[in-house]
Amino acid sequence: MTMLKIDNLSATVADKPILKGLSLSVNAGEIHAIMGPNGAGKSTLGYTLGGRPGYEVTGGAVEFDGQDLLALAPHERAAAGLFLGFQYPVEIPGVSNVQFLREALNAQRGHRDEAPLSGAEFLKLAREKAGMLKFDMEMLKRPVNVGFSGGEKKRAEMVQMGILAPKLAILDETDSGLDIDALRIVGDGINAIMRHPDKAVILITHYQRLLDYVEPDFVHVLAGGRIVKTGGPELALQLESEGYEAVAA
Amino acid sequence: MSAALALPTRHDEAYRYADIAALTTLWPVAPQTLRVAAGESGSLSIVAASAGIDVREIAIVLEEGARFDLRVLNAGAAYGRIGVTVDLGKGAQFDFGAAQLGSGEQTLEVVTLVNHFEPDAVSRQTVRSVLAGRATGTYLGKVHVARGAIGTDGSQSVRAMLLDRTATANARPELEIYADDVKCAHGCAVGELDAQGLFYLESRGLAPADAKKLMLQAFIAEAFIGAPGEEALTEAALNALGALL
Repeated sequence: MTMLKIDNLSATVADKPILKGLSLSVNAGEIHAIMGPNGAGKSTLGYTLGGRPGYEVTGGAVEFDGQDLLALAPHERAAAGLFLGFQYPVEIPGVSNVQFLREALNAQRGHRDEAPLSGAEFLKLAREKAGMLKFDMEMLKRPVNVGFSGGEKKRAEMVQMGILAPKLAILDETDSGLDIDALRIVGDGINAIMRHPDKAVILITHYQRLLDYVEPDFVHVLAGGRIVKTGGPELALQLESEGYEAVAA
Repeated sequence: MSAALALPTRHDEAYRYADIAALTTLWPVAPQTLRVAAGESGSLSIVAASAGIDVREIAIVLEEGARFDLRVLNAGAAYGRIGVTVDLGKGAQFDFGAAQLGSGEQTLEVVTLVNHFEPDAVSRQTVRSVLAGRATGTYLGKVHVARGAIGTDGSQSVRAMLLDRTATANARPELEIYADDVKCAHGCAVGELDAQGLFYLESRGLAPADAKKLMLQAFIAEAFIGAPGEEALTEAALNALGALL
């Protein structure tokens, strides 16, 4: 079943065209990797799908789970089951992870006519997901991302993903800033949380190394605002050895 | 003596942004005087959240080694003014936190004069303002360090958040230092909510108004951290914030 259907999507940032007719279909149960050179539009794709202000859609359509994704506000996209993993997770001084995530989860549940979780129920869930990511529960009581190292921020993102349990995760360079051990923990986390017949993942990455842990069903090369080549896991290996220019030309 | 009772004008530094017309109706304002004996400590929480005109003057004298914690929520008044004068004895400590929340045509101000007359005293001031509509929020604060008041440690942290382009924040943290070997710091910022932070919260499922509220709650709470009445003050501030949004 098609979960996400991006059809001929064009988008601008500050009036500059970045996405130029990008099409991509993602079915439930699939993991897609999007690779590509700097400036190809990888992060723009993530932000445009997430609905970030300043990312202007100038053409095309995106259907997510049967809904017109582009008609939804960012928080409605989240409630519909979309999760955007940030390349640079934002620090929010004074707002604890626990408070923020409980409010966010309950807001999403409210949208879906589900009962809110109590404080105790939420803490149990948070403890379970933090444990899965080997993330210190005490850090979840601290302000969102404040004082976290690069690797801790990325793991915190995965804890958020575990708690919010999205249908589709778009992970923008979740592997950057991770050491080898953290990379394996994050990779295992993605598999545990998202590898499911009803879920799907789009991994945006520069490198093969995350794909050693999270094996994609499809690898796409994004260049010049479009998908220019699609293949299986072997395409990532070919990119790694030959470079974008040779493969995508 | 009669000169002291003359109605201030906007030429007076401490009344530069005041609502003089409103002040006229209450003038002269008798100060509330507090004295904390050597080695003793005290605290006071003021919630000025009712409508109308609310003008207060507080004069605090801290004797050697005395401590005082003063917190103010300045939220509801059409004209809300809190004036504070503190005289610090040797080794005394004064902690001050104020939150101002205004909308409509409200004029809110906190005016402080902290006198470090003796060595080794500590004063900490934290002021957070959230202003919407055509509201004006002002902080005028002077830390005076007298000759000989060595080892003084004074700080002023002043921040304001403007929710509308029509709102105004005035801030004037001022240091007047006549002693050597003192540590004084002041910081001041006026801004809008961080758009990146808002999008981050929204991307996790919070509606824009809730994301905004969460960030503002955290911002205001900084004024009350460590206060004896922290919980009650924070709750009163959140109620005022709810009314403002």
